[in-house]
Formats: sequence, C-alpha cells, structure tokens
Amino acid sequence: MDEIALGSLLASTLRVATPLILCAMAGVLAERSGVIDLGLEGKMLLCAFATGAVGALTGSLPLALASALAVGLALSMLHAYACVSHRGDQVVLGVAITMTAAGLTVVLGIAWFKMGGQTPALPDSVRLSPLFNGAAPALSALPFIGPLLALGLLGHNALVYLSFVLVFAVWWLLFRTRFGLRLRAAGENPAMVDAAGVSVLTLRYQALALNGAVCSLAGAYLVLAQNPSFVPHMTAGRGYMALAAMIFGKWHPVGALWACLLFGFLDALSIRLQGLSLPVVGAVPVQAIQALPYVLTVVLLAGFIGRARAPKALGTPYVKER
Amino acid sequence: MSVASNALPRWMDLGLLPALNLAIALAVCGVVVKIVGHDPAQVLALLVKGAFGSRAGISYTLYYATTFVFTGLAVAVAFHGGLFNIGGEGQAMMGGLGTALVALSLADHLPAAIVLPLMVLAAMLFGMLWAAVPAALQAYRGSHVVITTIMFNFIASALLSYLLVNVLKEPGNMTVESRRFADSARLPGVHDALAWLGVEWPRTPLNLSVLLAVAASVAVWALLWHSRPGYSMRAVGFAPEAALYAGIRPKRQVMLAMALSGALAGLVGVNEIAGVHQRLLLDFVVGAGFAGIAVSLIGRSHPVGIVLAAVLFGALYQGGAELAFEIPGFSRDMVFTLQGLIVLFSGAMAQVLAPALQRLHHALRPAAATQGAAHG
Repeated sequence: MDEIALGSLLASTLRVATPLILCAMAGVLAERSGVIDLGLEGKMLLCAFATGAVGALTGSLPLALASALAVGLALSMLHAYACVSHRGDQVVLGVAITMTAAGLTVVLGIAWFKMGGQTPALPDSVRLSPLFNGAAPALSALPFIGPLLALGLLGHNALVYLSFVLVFAVWWLLFRTRFGLRLRAAGENPAMVDAAGVSVLTLRYQALALNGAVCSLAGAYLVLAQNPSFVPHMTAGRGYMALAAMIFGKWHPVGALWACLLFGFLDALSIRLQGLSLPVVGAVPVQAIQALPYVLTVVLLAGFIGRARAPKALGTPYVKER
Repeated sequence: MSVASNALPRWMDLGLLPALNLAIALAVCGVVVKIVGHDPAQVLALLVKGAFGSRAGISYTLYYATTFVFTGLAVAVAFHGGLFNIGGEGQAMMGGLGTALVALSLADHLPAAIVLPLMVLAAMLFGMLWAAVPAALQAYRGSHVVITTIMFNFIASALLSYLLVNVLKEPGNMTVESRRFADSARLPGVHDALAWLGVEWPRTPLNLSVLLAVAASVAVWALLWHSRPGYSMRAVGFAPEAALYAGIRPKRQVMLAMALSGALAGLVGVNEIAGVHQRLLLDFVVGAGFAGIAVSLIGRSHPVGIVLAAVLFGALYQGGAELAFEIPGFSRDMVFTLQGLIVLFSGAMAQVLAPALQRLHHALRPAAATQGAAHG
C-alpha cells in the first residue's frame, strides 16, 4: 500500500469512527451512572432527523444543531423520568425509544417532505466543511508522511476533532472532578452516595442530560457531515455498534475511543477488501469483517480476552431506604 | 432486592392499569396521525375494516399474528426464566436458515410427509442453537444475555447474508435469494386445507403454521404452569436465591429457558420461509423479533394474553398495510411507531400511573368502607 492509500484509509477510519465515538461517550456517561442505554440507536436517529428537517427548512446550522440538542435532551429526560424517577425497565425503555424512532422518523419525513422519508439535501452553508483546507497542500509536499497527514488527518470537519476533545473531556469529567467521582459512585454503590448526602436521582438525571447532549452530536454528524440529507434508518445499527465499543472499551472513555477506532478501521477495511484476495487467507468475506466487532465484543464479554466489568449497579433502579 | 412496590388491588393492577397504558399509547399515536394531517377516527375505522372486514383481511391478520405468537412466546419464556431475550430477530433468521437448508437438500428426493416435519424441527433446532450460545455465556461466563443476544442478531444477519450471497444464491439470479424449494417443502396454505374440506377461501399467506402457533401456546402454558421443569424455571426467574436454596440449579434453567425461547423464535422461519416465500430471503424477519417484545409485554407474558396481543398486532400490521394503500401519503411506519409507543407506555412506563391510581384507590376506599358499614 502506498502512502496515499494509507492516508485515505486513515481518513475513512476517522470519518466512520466519529459518530461511534460520540455515541459511545453518550453511553459511557449514562452507564457509568448506573443507567443502561439501549436507546442510543433511536436517540441518534431522531436527532439526525431533527437536524435534517430543521436544517432543510431553515437553512441555518445553529438552528439545526439546536433542534438536535433539544430532541436529544428531551429523549434523555424521558429516559430519566421513566427509569430513574419511576424505576421502569431500562432495557425495555431503550428498545421502545429505538422502535418508536424508527417508525416516527419515516412517518414525519413522508408527511413533511414527501420524498419517501428522506429530507431535502442540505445546502452547503448548513453542512460542515473541512477545517484545515488551506494547510493540506503545503503538507502534501513533505515526503511520505505528507500525504498521510494531509489526507488522513487534516481533511476533516470540526466535529471529527471535537469528538476527540470530547473523549478527553469525558475522561476528565469522570475521573478528575468531584462530580465525576459521584457519578461513578452512583453507578457502583448508590447507597453509599445517598449516605454521603448526595442525591442519586439528581446525579443520574445529570448523567442522562449529558448523554442526550452528546448523543445529539452523533445524530447531527450523520446529516451534517456523512450524508447530505436524512435518510430513513440511516443509523443502520451504529448505536448498537457504539454500545459494543463502549463495552469493548470496558466502560472507559479512552478504551471506548480505541474500540471505536478499531471498529471504524474494520469498516473502512471491509470496503477496500471487497473482492480482493489476500496472500495467506484468500478472499475474506466482507460479512466476516462486518460481524467482527460484534464477535470480538462477545468474546470479550465472555472473559476470554480480559474481563469487561460493568458498573456494579448498572440497570438497577435506586430505591431510597427509609 | 426490591419487590414490586405497587399495592394496587388485583383488578386495577391487571385490568385498569394496562388498559390505561394502552389507551395512552393509542392516544399519542392518534396525535401523531393528526399531526401528519389525517383524521384519527377515519384511520381507526379503515384499520379495523382492513384487518377484520373481509375473509382475506382476517387471513392476513392471522398470518402476521402467527409470527408474533412465536416471537412473543419466545420473549415470555425467557422472561419467566428471569432473562431478557432480545435475540428473537437473530434466532428467527437462523430458524429460517434451518428450514431452508432442509428444504434445499431433501425436498427434491423425499415426500412432504417427511420433509415438512424435518423442516419444523430444523427451524427449532437452529433457533435453539443460536440462543444456546448467549445462554451458555450467561450461565457459565457471566456475560449479560441482553448484550450478547443483541450482538448475535448482527452476527446472524452477517452470516445469513454471507451464506445467501456466496453459497445459496442461484447462479444468474440478480436478487439475493436461494432457489425455489421443491413442492414437497411447501407448507400448505389455509386456503388449500379448507379446499380439501370443500370450503372456498381466498388465497392468502396464511398457512398451517397457525396451528403450530396454537400448539406452541398450549405447550408453553402446560410447560410453565403444569410441569416440574417449568416450575423450576419460573422459580429461578422469580427468586433466584430461593430457587438455589431449594436445590434448583440455576445454570441449567438458564440454558433451558433460552433454548426453548430460541426454538420458539426459530419457528418464525416455518411460517415465513416454508409457508409463504418458498425460498430463503435476506430480510424475512423484518422486526418480528422486536415486535415479540411488545407482544409479550401487552400479553403479560401469559400464552392467552400473547395470543390476543399477537392478533392485535397482526391486525395493526394488516390494517396498516391497507391504510397505506387506501390513504395517499399514509405510511405503514405509523404501525411501527405505535408498536414502539406501546412498548414505551405499557413496558418501560407501565408503573408511572400506579402511584396516582393508588391515591385514587385510597381516596375512594374509605367511602366504600363506610358505605358497606352503613348497609351492613
């Protein structure tokens, strides 16, 4: 492989990984506080729809982002109301959000835009453009690493870089602040948090609010950067893959980042390996590479390569003792 | 451990509360119908007419219901064993694969009387095996069955796609599907069966799998409430520690519950592949596994409830298809929306109204008591 191929492989890895990273961070925030989020897929889909619909109607990027944020927050507050306040089943809620989102986006899309569920293509002023366009030609002049850097690292939009910043921010929030310590404690031993005079309910509400905000970015990315418009079912299992990445990263933001990059790389690779025959193994079926993230996650969960330990109180609603 | 804390009387808990939740889901869906510019009352009337208004409509409703009985029972059996099986989707795909493999390899040489039972068995076996792996990982390695079954859905879909594209696809056929089965691998339609009896019935996808669904419901009922293994399974689901103390081995119960659950989900393959399509397709399950969660929630995980809920959902699917045909701009996805809303309000938020009902009950009870005293 030459440096141009490597550069474009790196670039598509980052492009594919970005929504996964954002979504996985949303998952880490919720699950570290003790609330399972199986609704990532549905939240992302509804946020993507809000971005596409409002972006197409108003032609304004801030409004599109704001609507995604509003939808993301509303969904995570619904999540909190049902599961934290009323101790509803968190798995069932996730399934409900995902099912409703899959139907509702198509129903509203068809009713409002009459394009079979798609939204009109967004104008370029709304979509995100590459951030460092100017620097690329200058860098390409460098031998070998030039094209790699220019193609692979510099041709991206702001959200791609923001997702990396967010990983650091989530890590810092969870592991270097008092709030993060409490949030993690709410996921491990909520009774202790309560005994220390801190409200478990409030912490979980806050964690879910952050979860909704970050998840809305993941949805917005799909419409603003990946595809020019909203398309029905465009998340295509990314929410579940992000969930797998979060588990593969052992519920740690940095671990989840590596897992997302690995899954993104596999995805980018599977497209390039299509119809290609490798020296030792022969032709690798695309489906095998596509299934690999899930297989790896199952193997990890089974404890055959390391141990993924979930937060101890994950999935159990907190009942205050009286 | 928290025990269900709602102290409602039985008729409120089992009758009023679920009815209210379902009504809220329907009302919210009605609002969505209104938002997209249709008249909810007209939509409801057309939906009922489409689902039950003709013999063909009823047949279609029952055909969809057959699939939902299988996936609903699958979710319910796992639930009674204390497990949440979200893998119905993948297990159903594998069931279809098992059905198709038997049909493709044997149907050319053997008569239907041998091939059809083998196809049913293969569907159950493949579904069972696909559920057994997550079950074993849960029982012996402690990996959470919810996550592993989700992962297995994706793995199943990749496997099915690989087999169809690279192995089973008919050469020269552009669509991704297997060759058509020989005639002996065709499960007779209900119209065929009625024709043998001399009754004329419109030709629909409804096939004899519907009898299989009835049999499965009775079998699940008998197993769970009238047999020793079923009792052990429910004991583990209801109170794992007490069950362990009573000498029931929880690991085996996990395996049993998931194996049964997978076998039931696998039967979807019989209804769709052997009964209707006559060939293996890529996405013949189309969300039936997830619909099973809704069916089981509405049916309160009891076979009788599940059959009724499956007919309700079958009617929604069939009525929704008719609506999409009758009203321009009406999308069948409205039904999927309603399905999600039902899972939301009858499942995740099922207890939200309980405190209010409890207060209402308390407010009414003293009055009833004094009244009773006055009469007594």
